[in-house]
This record gives sequence, structure tokens and C-alpha cells, in this order.
Amino acid sequence: MSKSGDYYMRDRSLHPPAHTPAYKTSVSRSPRYDLISLESSVSEITGPVFGHNDIEPGDNDLIYNHAAADESAIGQRIILHGHVLDEDARPVPNTLVEIWQANASGRYRHKKDSYLAALDPNFGGCGRTLTGADGSYSFRTVKPGAYPWPNGPNDWRPAHIHVSVFGAAWAQRLITQCYFEGDPMIARCPIVQTIPDAGAINGLTAKLDMCATIPFDTLAYRFDVVLRGRRATLFENRPEGS
Amino acid sequence: MAANKLRESASQTAGPFLHIGLTPKAVGIATFMTARGHDITGSLAKGTRIRVEGAVIDGTGSPVKDALLEIWQANAEGNYAHPEGGGPVEEGFRGWGRAITDFETGEWGFDTVKPGPTRGRDQGLQAPHLNLWIVARGINIGLNTRVYFDDEPEANAIDPVLSQIGSPGRRQTLIAQKSDQDGAPLYRFDIRLQGKGETVFFDI
Ligand SMILES: [Fe+3]
Repeated sequence: MSKSGDYYMRDRSLHPPAHTPAYKTSVSRSPRYDLISLESSVSEITGPVFGHNDIEPGDNDLIYNHAAADESAIGQRIILHGHVLDEDARPVPNTLVEIWQANASGRYRHKKDSYLAALDPNFGGCGRTLTGADGSYSFRTVKPGAYPWPNGPNDWRPAHIHVSVFGAAWAQRLITQCYFEGDPMIARCPIVQTIPDAGAINGLTAKLDMCATIPFDTLAYRFDVVLRGRRATLFENRPEGS
Repeated sequence: MAANKLRESASQTAGPFLHIGLTPKAVGIATFMTARGHDITGSLAKGTRIRVEGAVIDGTGSPVKDALLEIWQANAEGNYAHPEGGGPVEEGFRGWGRAITDFETGEWGFDTVKPGPTRGRDQGLQAPHLNLWIVARGINIGLNTRVYFDDEPEANAIDPVLSQIGSPGRRQTLIAQKSDQDGAPLYRFDIRLQGKGETVFFDI
């Protein structure tokens, strides 16, 4: 069944509201008016198309993509992999996935990061890749460290990797963060807790994946990203299932 | 099918260090050979070359100096560079761009071509517009808005999206203001996240 209709309405109950006072920066950066709902037009059902010219081999290997020859980033070596799917579990192929993260000690390579933890000269902290025909993607990196941030008097971010995904349409554009199974900081983080739905938080938690581990080399975590699904035109004016 | 099989992944803020992943050169990271989002149109695009610029302003009236904006637009003939985009585009025309707000001034800008009218949902046309998406620290889910042009009053008057906005004052927040700078059209589009003059944002 081909899909060429509207994208499903975004279920805002799964997403953080704009105004979340426990995450203080949101207070002055959140719109006060309700969003105005648009029906999909050509502007929303289209979106940028990426191809292999947009990436280089090795862009998805953060252990080596910023390292000097014969050197590598310090930290626990991990594979972060999974699929980009839509809400109907259809793969989203050839879409650009970009990630960025702190190094193993919790420090970002950014002039605005003043945390005293050390920079790693061999770690830049950015990666990108295109999903395959089956929606799959894979990065090799080091597990990021937790870091403190100015919000409450003693707030720390759980280990996390920032993830940006395009999808096939402007309506699917999404930036999120990937957390790691078992991290006790997740429940304490004001940014994670902007998400009102426990299941949605669980969906952002990468699971240890022993099957994809490389013995004596690299641990693996699995993280799937789900983008909005799309109606088939045929059923546009009928209740689903009729 | 009564329900979706899966649920959309929740959004999280892009945070203060989004540049590392999305515009690494802007923070001195030379990991990637190719940058993304600088060249919206390619060299062969037809139409009027324009610049659109502005600031992102928070609820206290301060410029947001760590935001990232992406635009998505049609070419001068109203076609998007996409299989469902309405028709062919010039070779090299991508229609997608990415810019950050300046670390000192909070200003952003895009050099592009003015888009043409695009087809609407039904029979009508949408007025020329840029689709804009804004993320930053403190923004929990990316904000979608549209940039229309003040020198398109007839098209704007019948645009289906602008027409959906009841208040003329709110509608006005989506209209970029033209001025001429060395003959090249420059449009000003300030984005107010909150409070007086708050920009209209869409659930697309
Ligand atoms: Fe972070």
C-alpha cells in the first residue's frame, strides 16, 4: 500500500511541552500562544533529500574521525546502532542522521563549555551517516560521560548523545537525545523529565545489545528512532480500519 | 489498522552545543570535509537573489545567541527539490539551508532566491514563503514557522495558511519586511519566541 497522504498528527502528549519550569531556560524561550495546526501542503510533505555526496566514509566513526594517525579517542568503545522507522514500522531509508556528544569525561569540544573535565585531543564529538535501504544506521564512538550544568544547584545530565534526523518530509524533522539503559541519572534529569510520558522516555533509552557487541573490542547499544507515519491517500477521508 | 504500531520518538532540546553536530566548522571542528546547509540554491537557480535576516528574541527581549535555524523552500517556479515537490528544479538546487545565530549579536541570515508560489492543498496556490524551523537550548521541540514577503500583498491576501490566522497583528509576525541594500533585496524577519509580538508557530 503506497503512502501519499497527510502525515499523522503529531501526538503532543509524547513530547515535552514548550514551557517546563524545572528546565529553567525553557521559561523565556517557550511560546505562550497555542501552535496553529496546519493541514499538510506540499511544503510539509516534502523535505531535503540527502545522498552519499553529503557524507564521507568514516564520518560515522567518532573514535577515529577526529584522531591523529594511529591514535584514537579515549573512553569505552561502543557501537550505537538501530533503525529509523515511521509509526507504521516502515523503514526510513537514505535519511541523514547527525549526532554530537561530550567526550568520555563529559566535556564538549565547544568554546562555551567551561566544565573542568579534560578535552580529548583525539575526539571531536560529531558524526553523521545515511540510513540504509532498511532504515538502519550505525555509529562507532565512545560512551559519553555525565556532566554538570547550570540549572538547579546540583544538576547533572545523564550520559547522552544528541541525535538529529530528517526523514522524508519537513513534517518528520526531529532532534532528540539518546540515553543509556540503567543510568540512574535519567530519572533525576530535568531535561529528560520534560517528557511527560514514561514510555516515551523509555523509547529514548538505548538498550545494551550483546548480539552486536564485538568480543574483546566494542560494546553495542541499540537505539531506534521513530518518525511520524503517513496516511495512504486512499483512506484519507475514511476512518482508519473501515 | 486501529492504532499506529509505534509511537514517534519524543523530542529533546538540541542544547547549547548543537553546533558541534550541526555546524561543526562554526566552533572550529574540522572533522568533516563537507559542510551542510550553506548553499541553498546552487549556482544555476533562476529567480531573484535575496537575503533574509533577523534575530531570535526571547521573552525577556534578549537575542538568543545559540539558536539554529533551517529553511526549506521551493525554487522560483514553486517546485521543491523532492520527488513530490511539484516539478523539476535547477541542477544543484536543494532548497534546504541551515544557519546559526551569531555568538555575539544573535543575528542570523540566509542568501537564497525568492521562492515562487506553491500549490495548496486543494486548487489554490500558497503565497511565496520559506518554511523555517528553530531549535536551541531551552526549546524542547523544534518550532515551525513560515516567512512570507511584504511585497506579495495580493498573494498573501489569499494564502490559505495566512488566512487561517484570525488576528491581523499575529498574521503580521509572518511577513518579512523588504528593504534595498545596494540594490539587492533584503528582508528582515525577527522571530519573537514569547510575549509581545510573539511569532506564530505551527503544528505542521
Ligand atoms: Fe548535551
